[in-house]
Amino acid sequence: MAQAQNPTQTVTRDGVSLTQAQEQRAEAIGDQLRCLVCQNESIEGSSATLAKQLRIIIRQHVVAGDSDKSIMEYMVHRYGIFVLLKPPFSRLTLLLYATPVLALILGFLVVWLARRSKTSPPPPLDDAEQDRLERLLKS
Amino acid sequence: MFTAPLAIVAVGGLGFYTILERMEQDKYDPHALPSPLIGHKPPTFNLPGFNGAPGFSNTDLAAPAQPMLVNWFASWCMPCAQEAPMIAQLAKTGLPIWGVAYQDQPDALASYFAHYGNPYTKLALDTSGLTAINWGVYGVPETYLIDKAGIVRWRWAGAITDDVLANGLNPLLAKYT
Repeated sequence: MAQAQNPTQTVTRDGVSLTQAQEQRAEAIGDQLRCLVCQNESIEGSSATLAKQLRIIIRQHVVAGDSDKSIMEYMVHRYGIFVLLKPPFSRLTLLLYATPVLALILGFLVVWLARRSKTSPPPPLDDAEQDRLERLLKS
Repeated sequence: MFTAPLAIVAVGGLGFYTILERMEQDKYDPHALPSPLIGHKPPTFNLPGFNGAPGFSNTDLAAPAQPMLVNWFASWCMPCAQEAPMIAQLAKTGLPIWGVAYQDQPDALASYFAHYGNPYTKLALDTSGLTAINWGVYGVPETYLIDKAGIVRWRWAGAITDDVLANGLNPLLAKYT
């Protein structure tokens, strides 16, 4: 798809004619959306019929001059936030985003507990004990 | 000092086992999506019927006399054919089931009905599949429960099995009757 560099040149994708710049915008949007049929693929990368239809809809909205945000909202309105490959930060996804921090805190906690439970080293030897140790080692 | 990591591993393992167990029992499908339509009325649409019969629109679903199902299906869809006896059985109990044929052709549909029967109270054709997109349908079969206020209460993606009927649909039918 990347043969033309001129942003005003017209290309046709999935039966919709649009400029190269518009096509790039549509591809960027489609890359962020999950194909509902093959759930680990993006709409842009999937060959499912539904993905193709959604690619057409995205391009029609792009040509109509709709913002990226309103096209995303169109999809979320129909399929829920699962359609977004990068889940938004919300109450529902709080735990997901907090996991790295929680894991770090847990790690520190484990290290701290392990250190605390370690018995403290014995006090250094006084002079008399040091002499005795040397005598024992020599004998 | 190993108590905490071991406890975490144990909790994780237990969680994973629960997921597998529930998948086994048909109670959890990791690919199933929650429908944003639940708690709302279906979007505006107006679809033609089959063989000269009238189709239906969203206004026809606004206030049904009793809870009803809208079943999205297609003659080319294998799970739909597997689900056909279940839909027929449900229709026999007096539950109104309206069908929407998704991206289908009239002649293919006619031979499908000749083979499996037509259990639908009303039938509409979504030939383009664009109404399906507005409903958030992402595959066929898909079944929606609509209550007497015209509100979508439940969506099941995939064929309705005995387990889905017992654990999903029947309790809700009892609740919204």
